[in-house]
Parts: sequence; structure tokens; C-alpha cells
Amino acid sequence: MTDRNLSWLFLAPALLVLGGLTVYPALWVLWLSLQYRIPVFSIARWAGLEHYAFLAVDTRFWNAAGVTAVFTVVSVALECGLGLGVALALRGQRHWRRVALALLLLAWALPSVVTAKMFEWLYHPSGGLVNFLLGGRAINWLGDPALALPALIVADVWRTTPFVALLCYARLLTIPPELYEAGQVDGAAGWQAFARITWPLVRPILLVVLLFRTLDALRAFDLMFVLTGGGPAGSTETLTVYAYRALFQTLQVGFGAAIGVVVFALVMLVAVGYLRLINRESRTA
Amino acid sequence: MRAGRLRDGLVLLGLALYAAPFFWQALTSLRPDAELLPLAQLWPSRLTLAHYDVVFRLSLMPRALVNSLGIALLSTLLAVGLGALAAYALARLPVCGRGLILLGMIAATAFPQIATVSPLYLMMRAFGLRDTWLALILANASFALPLVIWLLAGFIREIPLALEEAAAVDGAGRPAALRWVVLPLVAPGMASAGLLAFLFSWNEFLFAYSFTASEASRTVPVALALFPGVFEVPWGDIAAASLLASLPPILIVVAFQRYLVRGLLAGALRE
Repeated sequence: MTDRNLSWLFLAPALLVLGGLTVYPALWVLWLSLQYRIPVFSIARWAGLEHYAFLAVDTRFWNAAGVTAVFTVVSVALECGLGLGVALALRGQRHWRRVALALLLLAWALPSVVTAKMFEWLYHPSGGLVNFLLGGRAINWLGDPALALPALIVADVWRTTPFVALLCYARLLTIPPELYEAGQVDGAAGWQAFARITWPLVRPILLVVLLFRTLDALRAFDLMFVLTGGGPAGSTETLTVYAYRALFQTLQVGFGAAIGVVVFALVMLVAVGYLRLINRESRTA
Repeated sequence: MRAGRLRDGLVLLGLALYAAPFFWQALTSLRPDAELLPLAQLWPSRLTLAHYDVVFRLSLMPRALVNSLGIALLSTLLAVGLGALAAYALARLPVCGRGLILLGMIAATAFPQIATVSPLYLMMRAFGLRDTWLALILANASFALPLVIWLLAGFIREIPLALEEAAAVDGAGRPAALRWVVLPLVAPGMASAGLLAFLFSWNEFLFAYSFTASEASRTVPVALALFPGVFEVPWGDIAAASLLASLPPILIVVAFQRYLVRGLLAGALRE
């Protein structure tokens, strides 16, 4: 058999699975979003762009878009800052490094539903550790529209900081110590060394991490769905939760698909934007 | 030297505090019901296994654990099996449109599940696959596949081509070279990719929640999200159930840490 034939034989199964279960659904959802489909009433007719026109004036949609934006920007910013801090602390670690990494990565590896249940209990008004440590306060963290989103963001930051920390840590380990020794000769120590040596070398990797984290935050669903269910009063309802409710709870398949398409477009837009930024960085560096 | 140990100890303590929410959940799973609400003291007066007893005897968790384990193992096998073949072709064989296929793989890793879940649901229903293991195995494997292919293609490219050529000179055909030269060398890479695929499938919630209607295919995250409470929320039982749901991830970060870290780094630093 020629190499070319062999290559198709090897590629075909994977491409078949991806074509059928990833590419085809991705195209189908576009088509679905152009229709009225409410299966329980056997309604199925062409809608054109009506769903999108409705979204443009739908206050619930704009609220969800705002929640998604705040959630994404704030949690990604906190994760990157905190993650870099943890990486800098870990960098000098000589003993018990495996234990340290296990403690760090645990939060990242847990199912997000477990994280949601854990934080639900931590935030419990009378049984939660948080209120206990605050001296027996009775704050209803998840029930107060002003507190629920910050509480949700804290849970997300807890879950995803390890990922940022690990990647920054790996980058820090590749910086040769000679650079710092040379820096000391030039009088760069402490903050100066960080600003002049560490930061320029970590920045490119931080940009890549920023890309991954932003994409994941835009797509996040499990944590808010289980922890708050989008409540109270829609204060934690992201676009993904709104899409899910339309698809599987009010069973408006076409309308839900349209919200899904918006998330899809957002993710792709952000990815392309970041990739251009990363390309420019690597060219100037 | 002594100062270094002290510093390392402090960092370790900091990380243990970071993991405290998990340890608190572990303690909650052992705390007697009477001391849960309201919380009066940090350390319970005694520890009990009653919550685990309830979870094992009366809840849907045991069945969900079997479902999750089976679905995660089979979807990992499928993703790594198909992924390894495709990765070898992309790394070593002449493929027309290779650049386009690789670009498609990266794009596919960014696809949001919420966009593809509704067409997939309609497909599963049309094929009569709702509430089956197969639906989740296919959905999870296809979702993990782009990352697996990307990782393995990178690992295969790291193997010196000279080794394969030497095998060919020795008269080994390509299948033999694959079996005796490439496979052993890429095995650690397959472990890394497989661990990530397994973890994804074990933790996956949206597909499992949407495609299942009964305990026949209900996975652990779904069972946990739907954990029943008759009159009040059984926080101790939920804590015990979440500890069981956390066992495979704990095993992975403790025992297979090296492979996990390698996979994560290779997956993120894809350039």
C-alpha cells in the first residue's frame, strides 16, 4: 500500500467521527437557529433571522451578555494575577515539589459539579464555613443579587488558577539563572529583576493562557448552572445558561440554538483576536 | 539550607490552605448530621461513616459510578485509538490539506458545547441513542479527539525519524515499525493524552445531563447535581457523594502527575 493510501486509511476514522459529531452539529446549529422549532407543539417552520432580531431587543439576552462579560473579564484577570503569584512562590520550591503540585492541581482536576456543590455548602447561610469564619454572620451569599456573581467568580477563580499557575511555573523554570546573575551586576534585583527579566519572558505565555482562559470562561456552564442556576433574579445567568434554559426547559429549540450560535461566534471572534495579538507579540519579540 | 526548608514548608502550607475547600468537604462527609446545621464548631465531636452508608445503600451513586467509569474508559480508548492513527498520518505521512486539517483541529478545541448540544441531542434521539452509554461515549470521544490528535501528532514528531528508517533498513515493514518502534516511544504521550481525555469525560456535565433520562446512563456529575433531598438538603450525604466523585481526579494528580503535567503543558504550548 502506498503511503498516501495508508494516510487516508489512518485519518478516515477520526475525520469521520469529527465530521459527524462536531462539524455537522456545528453547521446544523446555524440552520436550527433560522427556524421556529418547538417540538412539544410540533411547531417547525422557517424563521429566517427573526430569532436574532428578537435577541437584539431582548433585555434578558443583554443581561446575560453583561453577566457573561463581567464573569469572563473579572475571573480571567484574577486567575492570571493569582496564578502568576502562585507560580513565583512555587519557583524556588526544592522540597516536597510533587506534594505541592498535587495540592495545587487538585482544584483544577475536580469535576466542576463537585466544585459547585462544595462552594454551595461553604456559602450556606447557617452551616457554611465562610459565615462561620466571619464570626457567625448570616449572609446569604448565593441568595443576594449583589453577592451571587462575586461568589460565583470566587469559585471559578479557585477552580482555574492552578492551570494558569502551572503554565507560568513551567515557563519560569526555563529562565536560566545566569540572566538574574547578570542582572544583579547591572543593579537589577527584587522588583527591578521582575520587571526587566521575569515579566518580558513570562508575558508571551501569559497571553496564551489568557486566550485559553477567556475561551473557557465564555463557554462556562456547569458551575453557574449547578451553583446558582442563573439566579437570584438573573444576576448570574450567563449566555450559556440562558441558551440551556431555552433549549431544554422552555423547549424553544430554534431560539436556544440562536443563543448558542452567538456564544459560538463570540468564542471564535475572541480566538482570532487573541491569535493576531500573539502573532504580533512574537514578531516584535 | 534550613531557611530554604522553612520557606518551602510555608509555600506548602499556603497550598494546603488553598485546597482547604476540598478538605472541608471531606470533613463534612464525616460529620454527624446533628452538627451540620447550624455550624457551631470547626471540629466535630466525633466522626461517622453514616453518610457514606446512605450514599452506597440508598442513593443512585453506585450505579452512576459504574456508568461514569465505563463511559470514561471507553471514550478514552476510542479517542486515543482513533487519535493515534490520525496523529501518525498527520505527523509522518503525506496528507493533502494537512495544514487545513490541523487548523480545523485547533478551531474544534474551541467549539462551545452549548452550541453543539442541541443538534447532538436531536441526532441521538433520531438514532434511538438517548439514555445509552454509546451516546455519551461518542459525544465525549469526539469532543476530546481534536486535543488528543494535536497532542499525539506533537509527540510523534519528537521521535527521531532515523529510528523508523533504521527499522525499515532492517527489513521491517511499516506495520512492524509502528508496532515495535513508534508505539513504545509514544506510549507515555498516549498516557498523557488519555489522562486528559479520561478526566474530561469523567467531569463532563452538559452532554450527560442533556442525553440521559434515567439511571441507565446517568453519570456521577449528573447524579450529584440531582442529588435528592426529601425535606431538607442532605449536606453530609452530598459531601460523601462528592468525595466519591473526586476519587479518580485525586488518583490522577497524585499518582499520574507527571503525565498530567506533560499533557497540560504540551496542550497549551502548541506552537
